[in-house]
Amino acid sequence: MTAIPQTNTVYEGGFADPVWASQTVFRALMDAMARPGSVQALSDVTVPPAPLSASASALIATLADADTPVWLDAALTKVSAVKDWIVFHTGAPVVSNPSDAAFALVAAPQNLSALNGFSLGTQEFPDRSTTIILQVSTLSDGAPLTLEGPGIKGQARVAPDPLPQHFENQWRANRAAFPRGVDLILAAPGCVAALPRSTRLVSREA
Amino acid sequence: MNAPVTNEVSQNLATYNFAYLDEQTKRMIRRAILKGIAVPGYQVPFASREMPMPYGWGTGGVQVTAAIIGSEDVLKVIDQGADDTTNAVSIRAFFAKTAGVATTTATPDATIIQTRHRIPETPLTAGQVLVYQVPIPEPLRFLEPRETETRKMHALEEYGLMHVKLYEDIARNGHIATTYAYPVKVEGRYVMDPSPTPKFDNPKMHQSEALQLFGAGREKRIYAIPPHTEVVSLDFEDHPFEIQHFDQPCAMCGAEQVYLDEVVLDDKGGRMFVCSDTHHCESRQAEGHRGALLGDDASTGKEATR
Repeated sequence: MTAIPQTNTVYEGGFADPVWASQTVFRALMDAMARPGSVQALSDVTVPPAPLSASASALIATLADADTPVWLDAALTKVSAVKDWIVFHTGAPVVSNPSDAAFALVAAPQNLSALNGFSLGTQEFPDRSTTIILQVSTLSDGAPLTLEGPGIKGQARVAPDPLPQHFENQWRANRAAFPRGVDLILAAPGCVAALPRSTRLVSREA
Repeated sequence: MNAPVTNEVSQNLATYNFAYLDEQTKRMIRRAILKGIAVPGYQVPFASREMPMPYGWGTGGVQVTAAIIGSEDVLKVIDQGADDTTNAVSIRAFFAKTAGVATTTATPDATIIQTRHRIPETPLTAGQVLVYQVPIPEPLRFLEPRETETRKMHALEEYGLMHVKLYEDIARNGHIATTYAYPVKVEGRYVMDPSPTPKFDNPKMHQSEALQLFGAGREKRIYAIPPHTEVVSLDFEDHPFEIQHFDQPCAMCGAEQVYLDEVVLDDKGGRMFVCSDTHHCESRQAEGHRGALLGDDASTGKEATR
């Protein structure tokens, strides 16, 4: 397997065809969000600096712009090229306080301790919340999650890995705050899934 | 040899982006759509743009469609069920021109269906997106004109006023007289205006296979119902929700259990009832179904009422 060549400069690796690429990525994401747990194919349309992944960078390039502050986790903050790439290609301001962020990019979900440090929106404006893009290595080989809720016929299963610590408890707390809460986008190599705040986890022992 | 010349000319002309809207506007609308899907029934504010058509002609639906449409999509547009009325024809032509997409009138062939006030009779499927044009997105607006108050009412899930309105219907008329824009509760949380669709269509929103997106351009709101979502029409135990019933079939195709439009035929009280969904009616006629007034086969039709 040949590694995807990493670009030397932050000015390269954006969308070659922004209109087509962002529409394609968005439709995959919209379908993922509308059908929680379903895995949607995502082609590599961006070449970001490591450790930012191709799918996470395509999503942030599709969604973020000058109106949407972006927060980066420690693994991404360590590499200044990641921040520079995002700023150059999207124009989004990078913020250090997670509760200020419209989008959060997380390269090491296992080190993410709390979902409630992000903005949950308000009861009047639940849309003013952070959407968290988690870079995961798989959507099928991790510990399986059983999902219920809007967009799901009966139950759905997805098995992402890695996930934040104590994820099931954290997600229950997030669901309990509904309509406030964060939405998760799971960006795996070549595919994407989503857990909107409306999705409920079914206990494994049940 | 003429291609380079054409390119040169078109490069010098002011032009617009694919599907008319610029990319930043599409991003803003796309973010609103994702929030709408995540909080089903909640009206997400968005920075609605001026479109090359007046408010009231479906600018909200057009903006939603423009933000999601791709070159592979096949678009159908209906206005009160009809593919061939002014609003439907002009919006279909708008996207054929600005996005170069294929258009259709056949419900099963479409990937995106933009609608003004009807849901097609043909059941929608998993790959389809239904985009509603919404005039007044706030179901509580005629009960409480202040946005600050209605927003608080949604926040606190305070929907008693809506039930009072339905109760007053019963007190005055003996039954719930609301026939269109009949309020629904989405996933047990948000009371939502289904746009002025006849209440006949409300049951189709419940557990739909298709994603349903709602755009209100003048009021600057986007909301959504994901597939397989619980959509319950508000009612009372002793006055359960009922859809309209028609005591005769479609005069053109003989269809029953569909929504019919009344057409006045003369000044002597003559009238006919025909399918509001023109594609449904035409495809049934093509299959050989005959209504009473189609003229070429009276065997299946009943006598038209005068």
